Amino acid sequence: MHLETHLRAQRSAGRKLLVPYVTGGLLNWKEAIRAAAACGADAIEVGIPFSDPVMDGPVIQEASLRALKDGATPFGIIQEISTLDIDIPIAVMLYYNTVFRAGHERFVTSLVKNGVSGAIIPDLPLEEAGEWCRDADAAGVETIMLAAPTAPDSRLPLVVERARGFVYAVGLLGITGERDSLASTATVLAGRLKKITDKPVLIGVGVSNAEQAYEACKVADGVIQGASVVRRLMESGPDAVGEYIAEVRAAIDAH
Amino acid sequence: MSVMQTPGADGRFGQFGGQYVPETLVPACQELERAFTEAWDDALFREELNHLLKTYAGRPSILTECHNLGRELGIRLFLKREDLNHTGSHKINNVLGQALLAKRMGKKRIVAETGAGQHGVAAATAAALLGLECKVFMGAVDMERQELNVFRMRLLGAEVVAAESGSRTLKDAVNEAMRDWVATVESTHYCLGSVMGPHPYPYMVRQFHRVIGDEAREQCREVLGGDDPDVVVACVGGGSNAIGIFSGFVDTEARLIGVEPAGGAAVGRGVPGVVHGMKSYLMQDEDGQVQEAHSISAGLDYPGVGPEHSYLSEIGRAEYPSVTDAEVIDGFTLLARSEGIIPALECAHALAWIKRAAPEMQGQVVLMNLSGRGDKDVAQMMDVLGRK
Repeated sequence: MHLETHLRAQRSAGRKLLVPYVTGGLLNWKEAIRAAAACGADAIEVGIPFSDPVMDGPVIQEASLRALKDGATPFGIIQEISTLDIDIPIAVMLYYNTVFRAGHERFVTSLVKNGVSGAIIPDLPLEEAGEWCRDADAAGVETIMLAAPTAPDSRLPLVVERARGFVYAVGLLGITGERDSLASTATVLAGRLKKITDKPVLIGVGVSNAEQAYEACKVADGVIQGASVVRRLMESGPDAVGEYIAEVRAAIDAH
Repeated sequence: MSVMQTPGADGRFGQFGGQYVPETLVPACQELERAFTEAWDDALFREELNHLLKTYAGRPSILTECHNLGRELGIRLFLKREDLNHTGSHKINNVLGQALLAKRMGKKRIVAETGAGQHGVAAATAAALLGLECKVFMGAVDMERQELNVFRMRLLGAEVVAAESGSRTLKDAVNEAMRDWVATVESTHYCLGSVMGPHPYPYMVRQFHRVIGDEAREQCREVLGGDDPDVVVACVGGGSNAIGIFSGFVDTEARLIGVEPAGGAAVGRGVPGVVHGMKSYLMQDEDGQVQEAHSISAGLDYPGVGPEHSYLSEIGRAEYPSVTDAEVIDGFTLLARSEGIIPALECAHALAWIKRAAPEMQGQVVLMNLSGRGDKDVAQMMDVLGRK
């Protein structure tokens, strides 16, 4: 399924976009994804666990560690994605060494074969992304680019231009994890992006609950829910993920 | 043309290096590159740095010939005495440069990672001297085995935070420092302690340490009647002291030897990978998960290596053998007993290799970078060697 086409269609129908993140290989991760899909998610981000996740805070670090201890591997997770049987698109979020080690061609082939639409690689900025993007484009895998609050005005158009699927607006200066309130940088950045692109703009990193998601969607087209989802999965299981996604869905539907 | 070039905007040494950082940090890396390039070309900055190196760090460091050990091994052995610098290692060269640069960029705070604690102590020292706030991340395992350096850093006014993730050693301290920097980049300079990380760090840190090699080459020519040594040896974790001394000899005929620990032999046993902002040799499994290094010396307990070392290895200009912990312990006591110099465990790796390779180097002149003193390791070695 084409991620950007799907998200644009949802947005055209007047809907704010909700993309939960689940660490692949974590106990009950597939059940959690199915629950999220059933409760109003528009797409799913599957995290491929990495030994040294520098963009992630304690919750996703812990989830990655648990998944790796349970024997999760990148290709194992990607193969299991093909068995999910849900009707929304899926992107993987992973660190570049996972792709580099496997080889671009082998990796994109596996993504395509297993029905993964896109990839988010947080340690592959514009300057380093050229070769990967060429290989991903050629195979029809959409590379979602991150835009950060620190980017000057001259840089954002380049990021947006290179982005496929959607533009991932990093909500704050910092790593993934829940915060007490939505950082002001989140909506400021989303506003800057909305001015220069009609690609879907979603805020991720530091959008921590339904209220903050509502706040973020005042400016953005949607939100990514990472640590808040993964924490619930680790603490309470997949049903709690479904309930939470339903709650966020209801909140952003109020727009 | 020198083998050691200024990398272009892409920060590459051959295929290695680059700038694999989160988007949030890209503007900061670019700003740092601009600021460093300007400062390095600015005579006033260089003068200020040289003044500190001379009047605060104690440069130039001396060259010592090891007559006893040389006779025993059948070689002429010289030590470049970076152990005599203020704070006890070569690390001071880099931190004084970076701390001055941080001030020049208007940053009020530095963060640093540390393995054995030598870079952390140096960073805390420079921060105290220049009035910067300083936070040091250190693996929880390393905090235990290098308790004394933890106390020294705190004494110097730095905040020391334990890295509790992963192997709880240097690699994890780097992760935590990068996570801190992502959140504080507007006020904070990341004072990276080796020739690793994203561009411009590998290049910048090399430039701050090339004073080691430049001095040593001149000192060698003086005592050797205009000749260069046959072999130049240094230990390699991230590889800053090795790059520093290599930079003085890379364009001579000297063999360049970077000695890695057997349990952290990134060049010797790794394959190209990307972590901590750089493409370089990396110990990793078939899925690209970074493997944990194991070494008796906290300063070399790192599964990666600076990208320029990967390049020097790939083009065949430098060799990267490894030595075992047992050989290192032997090297540690060897220098103490034969020359009255207690080396840092890191440097004992270089000694261990020299001892092993001596039969093939008979009559040759060997220069070793003694990059740090062993005081910090004495408590640990009391447990290893017994207290008698």
